[in-house]
Amino acid sequence: MAALRDETATARTIVLDVPQWPGHLPGQHVDVRLTAQDGYSTERSYSIASASMDAKLELTVQRLMDGEVSPYLTQTLAVGYPLELRGPIGGWFVWDPDGGSDPAGATAPAAPTPVLLVAGGSGVVPLMAMIRARAEAGNRAPFRLIYSVRDPSAILYGDELTKRERAGDGLEVTYVYTRSAPPGSSVPTGRINAAVLTSAGWPVEASPAVFVCGPTGFVEAVADLLVRVGHDPRAIKTERFGPTGGQR
Amino acid sequence: MSDYMDGNMLAGKLGELFAVDVTAAVGTCVSCGAAMAIAQTRVYPHAPGMVARCPTCDAVMLRLVRGPDRVWLDMRGVTSLQVAVPGD
Amino acid sequence: MGIVSPGFSGRRRSADERLPPGQYLVNDFPVLSAGPTPHVDTGKWEFQITTETGQTHRWDWEAFRALPADEPTVDIHCVTKWSKFATHWRGVSLDTLLAGVETSAGFVTARSYGGYTTNLPLADLVDGQAWVAYDYEGEPLEAEHGGPARLLVPHLYFWKSAKWLQGIDLSDHDTPGFWESLGYHNYGDPWREQRYWGD
Repeated sequence: MAALRDETATARTIVLDVPQWPGHLPGQHVDVRLTAQDGYSTERSYSIASASMDAKLELTVQRLMDGEVSPYLTQTLAVGYPLELRGPIGGWFVWDPDGGSDPAGATAPAAPTPVLLVAGGSGVVPLMAMIRARAEAGNRAPFRLIYSVRDPSAILYGDELTKRERAGDGLEVTYVYTRSAPPGSSVPTGRINAAVLTSAGWPVEASPAVFVCGPTGFVEAVADLLVRVGHDPRAIKTERFGPTGGQR
Repeated sequence: MSDYMDGNMLAGKLGELFAVDVTAAVGTCVSCGAAMAIAQTRVYPHAPGMVARCPTCDAVMLRLVRGPDRVWLDMRGVTSLQVAVPGD
Repeated sequence: MGIVSPGFSGRRRSADERLPPGQYLVNDFPVLSAGPTPHVDTGKWEFQITTETGQTHRWDWEAFRALPADEPTVDIHCVTKWSKFATHWRGVSLDTLLAGVETSAGFVTARSYGGYTTNLPLADLVDGQAWVAYDYEGEPLEAEHGGPARLLVPHLYFWKSAKWLQGIDLSDHDTPGFWESLGYHNYGDPWREQRYWGD
């Protein structure tokens, strides 16, 4: 590990120096394996948070109270420690700044396809990789992120998202607070509903590519709403974290 | 009820066996005929092994067990797999 | 072996001699499942024993609950390495259930609502080694832990204790079940650490 950056009181980004990293597509993940002295080992999957052109690989890990791996990654792992990982993995839940999200590589549409990102809690991590990659590649596809959190203290990458939005290159961010919102929030406190998806998302006629990521229950509810609002199910890609975030 | 994840998490283990990414491949459920990307199957990871079920009818499509020195894979629940490869 | 992670010890693995090799102790009761939890109405529930000659013995919920029951306290061991000591159950012993059944079969396939199967030698189900359990820790067994009733065979890895038990089929042939046909050990003795085929 090369460096670390605490994102919130319970989430930390670990920055890894990975020799001969082949590069990755935003949305892909790595499998991290921890091994104890006696040979006991366990694995978890973590989405890559960094854009591929970054020099180092970044993972953002949410510490779970009764977790086995996340407490190690967010509290014990220190600069200079080795970390065993396998990847990049995953060809489905990806957005390619050089060609959109069709793994077969469809010809580029006349205008860049708008993209809707819907994040539940730490589900924002792979979507952040997409936002970062878009900026680095100078891709102009209009991006809208709807990010659902309990309250403002749980927001990952808050300052960075604000900065990127202000850069005015086509990223818009809307927060949905399920427990308590800051004063002046434009969206009613509570779970994402069809109204938010319509007002803060893209109209169905825009035929956006949609990525939804978060806990299983969240993803199911949002995907269901999107289809009911009229979005094409084939344009919706989902990644479900278990309650423990990709446990094996 | 929502105690499953999705086929995205199979990518690592399947990647040990296949040269191409199988999670983006389209599989057909032998039970109901529904076609979907393997990434969209419902994966129950907390069993002794991994079980991927059809999101439409819940039939078992794929089972995978990772032992200390071997992998067992059963795909009898998948009629066929369609994989995108680079064109000629 | 992978690269050792400095400072990582994982779940506490005790040296308790009541633990079979490779296991660790838990205080909660993990839920492991190969599929969605079936919800079986006790009004429709039925338990069957089918012999190798095709004879069937059946009990509905009322009849089953009227049978003499035991309250075993046992240690359980899951192949995914967690173990739990002194779990309390209430259920009907397989000796009671098989008392009126004529059979010379050597093998059993246990079948669950939802399609799961597991296989065992009949010899491992009798002589006080197994029950069909419907209460856990004094309460009706929850669906996510296998209720209305599950098989309980504590001397083998817990995947043999089929949840949502629907019936057992007696046979002269040994037919590997759901996990046994995919690399898990056919017998599954935790004390000999028989996790995988070939162990």
